[in-house]
Amino acid sequence: MLSFIGRSAVQKIVTLFFVSIVSFLIIHLAPGKPSQIDPLNPKFTPEVVERFRKEFHLDKPLYVQYAYFYRDLFTGKTISWKDNQSVLQKIWERFLNSLPLFVVGTLITWTLSFPVGIRSAIFRGGIYDRSATFLSYLLISIPGFFFAYVLIIFVVTHFHVPVIGMETFGIGDASAVYLFMDRIWHLLLPSVLGATGGIAVLSRYVRSQMLEVEGQDYIRTARAKGLPEEQVHYKHALRNALLPFVTMFGLILPGLIGGSVIIESIFSWPGMGRMAYEAILARDYPVILTVNFVSAVLVLAGTFISDLLYLVVDPRIRL
Amino acid sequence: MNTDQKNSYTEPPLIPKRTRMQEFKRLLAQNRLAISGLLIFIIFFCCAVTGLFLTSGSRPVLDPAMVRLQEKLRPPLAKPNLESLHPQEIPVFGVYLMGTDDLGRDVFARMLQGAWVSLTVGFVAVGISVIIGIFMGGIAGYFGQQHIKIGHILFMSCLFLGLGLVLFKSYFTGTVLLSIGLTYIFYLLSVRNRSKENGLPILKAILRKNAITVDTLIMRIVDIMLCFPSFFLILTVVALLPASIYNIMIVIGLTSWMGTTRFVRAEFLSLREQDFVAAAKALGIGNFRIIFRHIMPNAVAPVLVSATIGIASAILTEAGLSFLGFGVPPPHATWGNILSNGKNFIFDAPWLTFIPGIAILIVVLSFNLFGEGLRDVLNPKLRERH
Repeated sequence: MLSFIGRSAVQKIVTLFFVSIVSFLIIHLAPGKPSQIDPLNPKFTPEVVERFRKEFHLDKPLYVQYAYFYRDLFTGKTISWKDNQSVLQKIWERFLNSLPLFVVGTLITWTLSFPVGIRSAIFRGGIYDRSATFLSYLLISIPGFFFAYVLIIFVVTHFHVPVIGMETFGIGDASAVYLFMDRIWHLLLPSVLGATGGIAVLSRYVRSQMLEVEGQDYIRTARAKGLPEEQVHYKHALRNALLPFVTMFGLILPGLIGGSVIIESIFSWPGMGRMAYEAILARDYPVILTVNFVSAVLVLAGTFISDLLYLVVDPRIRL
Repeated sequence: MNTDQKNSYTEPPLIPKRTRMQEFKRLLAQNRLAISGLLIFIIFFCCAVTGLFLTSGSRPVLDPAMVRLQEKLRPPLAKPNLESLHPQEIPVFGVYLMGTDDLGRDVFARMLQGAWVSLTVGFVAVGISVIIGIFMGGIAGYFGQQHIKIGHILFMSCLFLGLGLVLFKSYFTGTVLLSIGLTYIFYLLSVRNRSKENGLPILKAILRKNAITVDTLIMRIVDIMLCFPSFFLILTVVALLPASIYNIMIVIGLTSWMGTTRFVRAEFLSLREQDFVAAAKALGIGNFRIIFRHIMPNAVAPVLVSATIGIASAILTEAGLSFLGFGVPPPHATWGNILSNGKNFIFDAPWLTFIPGIAILIVVLSFNLFGEGLRDVLNPKLRERH
C-alpha cells in the first residue's frame, strides 16, 4: 500500500514535470508574440514593447523563461500580463464564481442518472429502457450552445425570467428572498446545461454496471432463496454495481477547474472557463499556463484519489 | 433463432453457416437505431458532396456569399421580392428554402457549404487520430517489452533540443547538439553491420543500459496528453495558430488519439500471444507485415467503434470552435458560425439558431447511434445479453 502510494506519487510528479514543459512549449512555440497583440494601438511604441519584453523576461532564452515562470508560480508571485494582478488571486476569485455551477451541476448529474440508469437496467428492453437510451444519445449529441439557446428561448418566453449573468443587472437593494430566488434562476440554466452530457453518460454507465451485476451467479442465488425482487435489486445488485462509481468521485475533480468555456460565455458567467477564454484572446500566457498547470494537477490528483478509493472500497484488489 | 439451431444440429458443426460478413450484416439489420444512423449518415454525405459542387466555383449555382441587404432575415420558405432583386440574385428554387440571414445570404446555400466543412473536419481529424493511435498502440503492444537504452534517450533529446535551438536562432549550440545526435545515429547504424563486441569502455556500458520499455514510454506519453483539458488545449492552439480549417482538423486529430492508442495496445497485447502470430513468425514474415496484415485486421473492431464516435465529437468540437469565432475565416460558412451569427437574432429570427443546431444534432446523433450499434454488433459478449 505504502509502496504503491510512493510509486504513483513519483510517477505523477514526473508526468506533471513533462506536462509543464509541453504546455510551455506549445504556448511559446506557436506563432504570434504577446507583444504584437495590438499592433495598431498607438500606445505600443517600440520602446514600450521593448520594456514590456524586458519586464516579463521575453527577451531571455526559452529555458530561462521556463525557470522564471515556474519559480514565480511556486512562490505565488505570477502576475497577469494584462492587468498586473496576481494570477492565483484572479483564478481563486473566478473559481469561487464557478464553484456553485459545478456543485449544482454535479448534484443534478448524480441524483438524476442513478435512478434513470437503475430503472432502465431493471426493465431492460422495455419501452422505458429504449426511450431512456435514445434520450441519452440525444443529450450526448446535442451541441451545448444550441441547447443553451433553446433553453433560453423557452425560459424567457414562458417564465419571463432573465437568465444572463450571475444576477439581474441593477437588482441592488431588493429583499433577501427576491435576491435568493434571482440567484437560483440564474444558476439553474447553466448548471442544467453543464449536467446534460454528464447525465447521459453516467446513466448509461450505471445501466451497464447494473446489467453486468444482474448477470452474476449470486443474484441468481438471491432469487433462488426467494428474496423479494426489491431486495435483490437494491441490496444485492446495487451495492456491487456501485463499486466503480466510488472511484468516480476522484475523476470529477478536474471538472472543478475546467468549467465550460462555451456555456460560461453564453451566459456571461464570470467563471474559470470564461477567464481562460479571455486570457487566450489576450495572449495572457501566465494565466493560460497556470490554468493548464492547475488542471493537470487536478487530473493527476483525481486519478490518484480514485486509485486509492478503489483500494479502500474493493477488498479484492491487492496491489 | 430456433430454426437456426435445428439446422446447425443436422449439418456438420464445424463449418459456419454464414461468413463473418453475412453475420455482421444480419446483426446490423436487426439494430434499428444503428441502421437509421447509417441512413442519415449516407444522406448527409450525399448532401455534403452535392453541396460542395453546388456552392463552389466562380459562378456557383447556390452562392452562399451573395449579400442581398434588402432581403435580410426572411423566414424559411419566404418568396423573394422579385422587383428589388437583380436577375442573378434570385435564389434558384424561387424561394428561400431556409430563409436568409442578417445580410440576406441564403441560409440553404450556407448550410450546404457548411455540411462539407463538418464532414471533412470529422473524417480528417479522426483519420489523423486513428493513424497516430494505431501506430503508437501497435508499437506499444507489439514491441512493448523491448527496452530503450539510455544512450538512445540521451541522443534523441540532443537531436530534438538542437533542432529546437536552431529553430530559435541560437545556431551555435543548436548545430553542435544536432551534430552530436546525428553522429551517434550514424555510429549506431555502422556498428549494427559490424561486430558488436570490441571491448566496452565504461561510457559505452552506461549508454547501453536499459532505461525504460517502449510500452512504458508510450503509455507515459498518453498519460501526459490526458492531463491537458482537451477543449481548452484545442482552443489555445487554434487561437494561436492562423485561422484555417486545416489547422483545426490537425489540432483536433493530434489531441484525440489517446483512446485509440489504449484500445489498440490492449488488443495487440492479447493477440500477440496467439498461435497465428507465432505461425507467422515461424514463417519468417517481417514484423511490420505481421502487425499490419495479421494482427491489425483482428484488432480493428474497437478502433472502428471509437472512430465513429470520434467523428461525432470532432464535429461537435469544430462547431463549438466556430461558435466561439475561431476556425474557418468568416466568409466561408460552417454550421457553428451560422448559429453563432444567428444568436443575436434568436427572438426575431429563430430559424438561424434552429436550422444549424438541429442539423448538427441530427448528424452527430447519427454517428453516435451507428457507433454504438457497431459496438453491439461487433462485441460477441454484448450480443447474447441484449
